[in-house]
Amino acid sequence: MLLIDCPYCGPRNSTEFRHAGEAGKSRDLASATPAQWRRYLYEYDNPLGWVRESWFHSAGCRRYLSSERHTGTNEVRWVVPFGTAAPSSTTDEETSR
Amino acid sequence: MSPSEHWRIERQPGEVIDRSQPINFTWNGSPVTGYSGDTIVSALMASGVRVMSRSFKYHRPRGVVTATYFDPNCSFQVGDEPNVRAAHRQVREGDVVRAQNAWPSLSFDVRAANQLVGRFLGPGFYYKTFIRPQTLWPLYQKVLSRFSPGGEPPPIGTPHEIFDKRFAHPDVLVAGGGPAGMAAALGAARSGASVMLVEEEYELGGHLRYGGVESLAALASLRAEVASFDNIEVLTDSVVLGRYDDNWVGIVQRSGMWAKERLIKARVGTLVVAAGLIERPYVFEGNDLPGVMLATAALRLTGLHAVKPGTTAVVFTANSTGDEAVARLRSAGVQIARVLDARKGDDVVRALGRGKVTGVEAGDGSTTEADLLVTATGWTAPTSLLNMAGDRPIWNPQAARFTPSELIDIRVMATGGIVGDGSTAELVAHGRAVGSEAAARARGEVPQSVAALTPYPHPALFQSTTVGFVDFSEDVKSKDIVSAAREGYDSSELAKRFTTSGMGPAQGKLEMVNTMAVLAEATDRDFESTGTTVWRPPYAPISLGALAGRAFEPERISPIQSWHNEHGAKNMVAGQWIRPEHYGNPAAEAANVRSRVGIIDLSPLGKLDLRGPDVVKLLNLVYTNSWDNLAIGSVRYGVMCAEDGVVMDDGVTGRLGADHYLMTTTSSGAGNVWDWLEMWLQTVHREWQVTITPVTTALVSINIAGPHSRELLSRVTDIDLDPASFGYLKVRTGSVAGIDDCIVWRIGFTGELSFEIHVPASYGLHVWQALLEAGKDLGVAAFGVEAQRILRLEKGHLIVGQDTDGLTLAYQAGLGGLVKLGKDDFSGKPELVLQEARAGDHSHLVAIETVDPMLVPPEASQIVVNGNDIVGRVTSSRMSPTLHRSVCLAHVPADLAAPGSRLTIVLTNGDRAEAVVRENLAFVDPEGVRLRG
Repeated sequence: MLLIDCPYCGPRNSTEFRHAGEAGKSRDLASATPAQWRRYLYEYDNPLGWVRESWFHSAGCRRYLSSERHTGTNEVRWVVPFGTAAPSSTTDEETSR
Repeated sequence: MSPSEHWRIERQPGEVIDRSQPINFTWNGSPVTGYSGDTIVSALMASGVRVMSRSFKYHRPRGVVTATYFDPNCSFQVGDEPNVRAAHRQVREGDVVRAQNAWPSLSFDVRAANQLVGRFLGPGFYYKTFIRPQTLWPLYQKVLSRFSPGGEPPPIGTPHEIFDKRFAHPDVLVAGGGPAGMAAALGAARSGASVMLVEEEYELGGHLRYGGVESLAALASLRAEVASFDNIEVLTDSVVLGRYDDNWVGIVQRSGMWAKERLIKARVGTLVVAAGLIERPYVFEGNDLPGVMLATAALRLTGLHAVKPGTTAVVFTANSTGDEAVARLRSAGVQIARVLDARKGDDVVRALGRGKVTGVEAGDGSTTEADLLVTATGWTAPTSLLNMAGDRPIWNPQAARFTPSELIDIRVMATGGIVGDGSTAELVAHGRAVGSEAAARARGEVPQSVAALTPYPHPALFQSTTVGFVDFSEDVKSKDIVSAAREGYDSSELAKRFTTSGMGPAQGKLEMVNTMAVLAEATDRDFESTGTTVWRPPYAPISLGALAGRAFEPERISPIQSWHNEHGAKNMVAGQWIRPEHYGNPAAEAANVRSRVGIIDLSPLGKLDLRGPDVVKLLNLVYTNSWDNLAIGSVRYGVMCAEDGVVMDDGVTGRLGADHYLMTTTSSGAGNVWDWLEMWLQTVHREWQVTITPVTTALVSINIAGPHSRELLSRVTDIDLDPASFGYLKVRTGSVAGIDDCIVWRIGFTGELSFEIHVPASYGLHVWQALLEAGKDLGVAAFGVEAQRILRLEKGHLIVGQDTDGLTLAYQAGLGGLVKLGKDDFSGKPELVLQEARAGDHSHLVAIETVDPMLVPPEASQIVVNGNDIVGRVTSSRMSPTLHRSVCLAHVPADLAAPGSRLTIVLTNGDRAEAVVRENLAFVDPEGVRLRG
């Protein structure tokens, strides 16, 4: 079971969290075509590699968090409060999204 | 002289039996006496029993091979517990032990005739024979189940045994309590780490326990040192089952006074794998005869249980353990007829005998008479836990075993036989160094490397020139693997599955390396390119009872529940809540609401207190309808849709102040809605100022419903209930039964004039009782969930999750009027815009009347056309005590939704019933006169 280092609560089992999806999807109401909207709703990239995603600490501080996880090794490289900048140790070129 | 005195030898320095405590039990009905500390199998061996079971497929007589938990031939029925690993399980007074898989008896098993037709039972026999025709599958199942091994499950009605769970957070967990494992625990404990030391056997020591005097002396000092540390917790008869992400480790603890089995879930700082080595059998003709056993088995039986495993022995040895067995057997009084030394080129070609070993044929063609053949031909490293940590062990041809490659995860280390060989002192030194480093890594220090322990060279010995068994528990011979390879199953994973070699109870611990060796030779490849199969958790079996364990499912009850229980409530489970379904007669409870007045405890209703200047923006976003003009003192019904337009929840939200709202949700949706609101506030509209406080359990909610509800409430409140000032869909705060700050709103789920009161929870019971007291002359009575469901169905009010499902869009639930597509944004809007364009195609929620008014079609009954084409379903159905006929809601396709459409419903027994679509969802008071009164 993944251990997620919540910036508010410390390291906790992933069962305390709800996975809130891959980061970087934009909810574009104004200009999305029906096909684009449904891609937004139902399609995920799910690449092998580093992925930025969101977690909701539902059984803890109840804050949304951003993290970067490797989908191959399940290593979580960092976890920060949602909306804060990613740590400078990673660059966008390194990440898949 | 009794048989046990004949086979039991003089006191051994390391024996674990207590000769002052005889234990009496039965074996296949005959009395047997062993000693306390005996395993079932050692006690049987001491009384002269040599045949322990019949084999899986050919029903060949089988005896002790490993004398450990994973002995393939020693699974017994003990009392009503099947498949007991009897070479591990300690015998208890009065045990009733029976052999499994033998009929009519162990000594004469008619199914042994299977071996005469063995060539038809080759690999893939079952796959190939029992596949066609499919119509005969039930028959095949009956035939095959008679031939399947295994014991009998306990009869139905057997009392449950106690299983438990535990969570642990050791800095260092050591898997394996041999010399290296004990030393690792000591190395870690010395630097202050909290250590859990897990040992499969009943006591620490590993191979030192059945070693010589020097081993026993080393063991005694290690045990004393372990015992001197308070920060080492020793778990014996316990096995590490698996290692998962971030060192999440499962451990089964088998014996304990508190539970039959306990599952421990541990989050471990550093995991040290010290699993030791498992001795490997040798493949040759007759290698499964009772009397052929491993050197470690001979050492265990003699050293731990003081049992002489035979009279005259041949020992085939390739290593020091085999040499030690020679010396031990000799001192135990076993005549050593011959020692065959693999290091000098000797070989064993076949074991002779029927049902037991009577002689051994060596590679030089000579034959030696013997009733015991001991082999010491090599080791398998049980690398399972390392594999689970991402390691891919590599074949070491010099040592003839797999050794770890480079451990990827710095929080997983290994010591002992699994990594290399050495004297006891060298193993202990390595263990201490690894344990100390493990503690440092658990503290987060930069990893340092530990000097390696290298394996001794060992001859590569797997199979002789003859055909023998590779997997005893699955009855797989070496020639089966060869023929599988010829049929094209030449990859290790395919060959394993096709032959089932390694798929029995030992899960490859004894069989896998030999399987790979035979496959490599059959396909003319070396070991590296043949590859191995993947080790997966669990390492050792765990009972379903331990996995289920003790449930940690909290139940929620209302503060009024004690009253309900005292007044005949029949309770139901609703999500996390226990609540009254009814108090004896739900139809009468419903009728009382229609004619007089009833009260219901609605405490499970989800309640969220919303405050802040931007609450109305949030409401507009999550509800489909508009909230711009909700006045202070008013409430409104709303429906929430997910982003895919599917109805997610519904409820009433009231405005209590300028920036203060109380939202109610469905009982089961309370948690989801709270998460949902937080999602919008935290990730999409972070600038909005809204604070959400869940108040579900802070407020007790009581609904007063019925024509006398205003009169009843007026007797206990100071709120002005005049309909002119407190109309339908209004909210007021005030005192109820002397309790200030109660929130009262007028809504009507039941279709009656009704007031819903939200009371501070600790006063809930007081207000409930005050209402009952004040309304005695009005005929007030409590009603339960069932009556409420009848009442709401009569009124045609839907329940989200009952009359909608995971695909029901707002338009299909008859909620189109509540979808305001003109709003800038709300959850589900884009999808609902798309759906609105094809509103004419959608299925609809409609009210239907069965032609036979007394017929109540079961909920979820299908609605069909053209005989059997399913086009819809009944979502809710009840007998209406108000109308004395059945009332139903149903989902029907658009072309059957028009009022007057006739429907065909399939009943449970296959009969068809006719029904007609009604004009309006409400059966009772469609105009809402009662509601608004």
